[in-house]
Amino acid sequence: MEQDARALAQAVAVDEARRASRWQLRFRLGWGILIALLAGFVLISLNVEIDFIARATPFILEGIWITLIVSAASIVLATLLAAIGALGRLSSNAIINAIASFYVSFFRGTPLILQLLVWYLALPQVGLIFDPIYCAIGALGMNYGAYMTEIFRAGIQAVPLGQREAAAALGMSSRTAFLRIVAPQAFRIIVPAIGNDFVAMLKDSALASTVALQEIVWRARNVGQKEFKTLQTFIIAAMIYWALTIIFSGFQNRIERRLAAGDRNKESKG
Amino acid sequence: MSVNVSAEQRHVHQLHPAEKPGVLVKASAEPVLKATDIAKWFGENHVLRGASITVWPGETVCILGRSGSGKSTFLRSLNFLEDPTDGVVEIDGVTVSADPFRKEGKERQARIRDLRLRAGMVFQEFNLFPHLSVIENCVEAPVHVKGMKRKEAEEIAEQYLAKVGLSEKRDEYPSRLSGGQRQRVAIARALTMQPKVLLFDEPTSALDPTLVGEVLKVMADLAHEGRTMIVVTHEMDFAHEAADRVYYMDQGEFAEVGPPEQVIDAPHDPRTKEFLSRFRTLGAKK
Repeated sequence: MEQDARALAQAVAVDEARRASRWQLRFRLGWGILIALLAGFVLISLNVEIDFIARATPFILEGIWITLIVSAASIVLATLLAAIGALGRLSSNAIINAIASFYVSFFRGTPLILQLLVWYLALPQVGLIFDPIYCAIGALGMNYGAYMTEIFRAGIQAVPLGQREAAAALGMSSRTAFLRIVAPQAFRIIVPAIGNDFVAMLKDSALASTVALQEIVWRARNVGQKEFKTLQTFIIAAMIYWALTIIFSGFQNRIERRLAAGDRNKESKG
Repeated sequence: MSVNVSAEQRHVHQLHPAEKPGVLVKASAEPVLKATDIAKWFGENHVLRGASITVWPGETVCILGRSGSGKSTFLRSLNFLEDPTDGVVEIDGVTVSADPFRKEGKERQARIRDLRLRAGMVFQEFNLFPHLSVIENCVEAPVHVKGMKRKEAEEIAEQYLAKVGLSEKRDEYPSRLSGGQRQRVAIARALTMQPKVLLFDEPTSALDPTLVGEVLKVMADLAHEGRTMIVVTHEMDFAHEAADRVYYMDQGEFAEVGPPEQVIDAPHDPRTKEFLSRFRTLGAKK
């Protein structure tokens, strides 16, 4: 009987593994077909000119640096603003809370592209003139900062009340309790969200092409329009963004997994 | 009653006849903890109706009562985790009064922190810090609140971890401990602050029944070695065995105060009688 049961369990396991691998195979096949269709669309029906693409691609690729610099600087600015904003939203001081919630409401309530154009076109009217790159960083950073304020606030509030009570019962001031007990726990909740927003920022930084910043989209449009070949150049740009987001999503997944495993790793040492 | 007179002036602490210091308490001793006429309104809900308690050095007292009677709110008012609407608390010479209109500012907050340093608390849900190891949980407040040297704090913590039987778990994280082990760490964490009195808020209610015993044993040991403790609990056997005095709370008031032999075995108050008779029938079914 025991042997029969074991044989049955083994047969079930083998069957489960076979079904799983067949699912994987079909999933990959599906992706392969879609990529082939996309590539076929690009290569065959579009009158491809290899020498044009060879000329245009390096020019567009140079925009990666601007895209990365703008995205990185903006996410840093946004993180700082969100940290201040979240503390403001959680403050017991009514005026500080009003300022923080006004910031969040205003910057989430108006279009990002409009905010960007204000930096670039409208502020010079009152004598405030910034380089396009600072316009892009300022607009993206302040806009994302408003969204991230709410994420940070939610992250801080997700730390159970009992943690604050335990800290208070041990005689900690609310400041010590926040810095030593609440913030480190909120950090683990918030960091994956920052990574997520960085990937979103990579794509939204394309809006900076409207203020003549020579990032990927600006380059794709300019080099394409001259020879009436924007379909090709935009597809190149799309592939670059796609590759960037895949790479950074991969990083983000690793950070997330490491944070989730943080305790376990430390424990295995002990 | 005028709300303009401070709580301290309005309330005079009175000993309950059963709150006489025991034979082991020195004649000159002062109570470690005095709570006077603690009242709490949650909106329209009158949760505490002026409850007072006196605890002498070395005493263990248990607070019994059905859920919703206000016993946890009372305990949490003693270290101002719950801000009472009225009343005065004095622990080891530090006095804090209710301040429902929030007239007092930072100075009162500092006094509350001072009070909390004298009263360690153990929670129903343990509330260990998950991002810190066992030893870090214990030394966090001694180092960052009392300004103790880390090495010194660790020595004290190790001594208490040994007492609760968890020396070998020193570097584990709370997520790898059982509920009973977590609660014992929480007790060691409270002890490492070297408080004058320990407050236990239903310390075994969140535990799997098989793990209750290990926590109660640690608590009984602490009681027998002369720690001053206030324990809100449903564990009748523990109260009977370890308590110097039992308080039965009903609807925000202490209905009966006395030694466990009286309150648990032969209660005078009809409400206490009814509560305990339910416990007995439940116990008999087991």
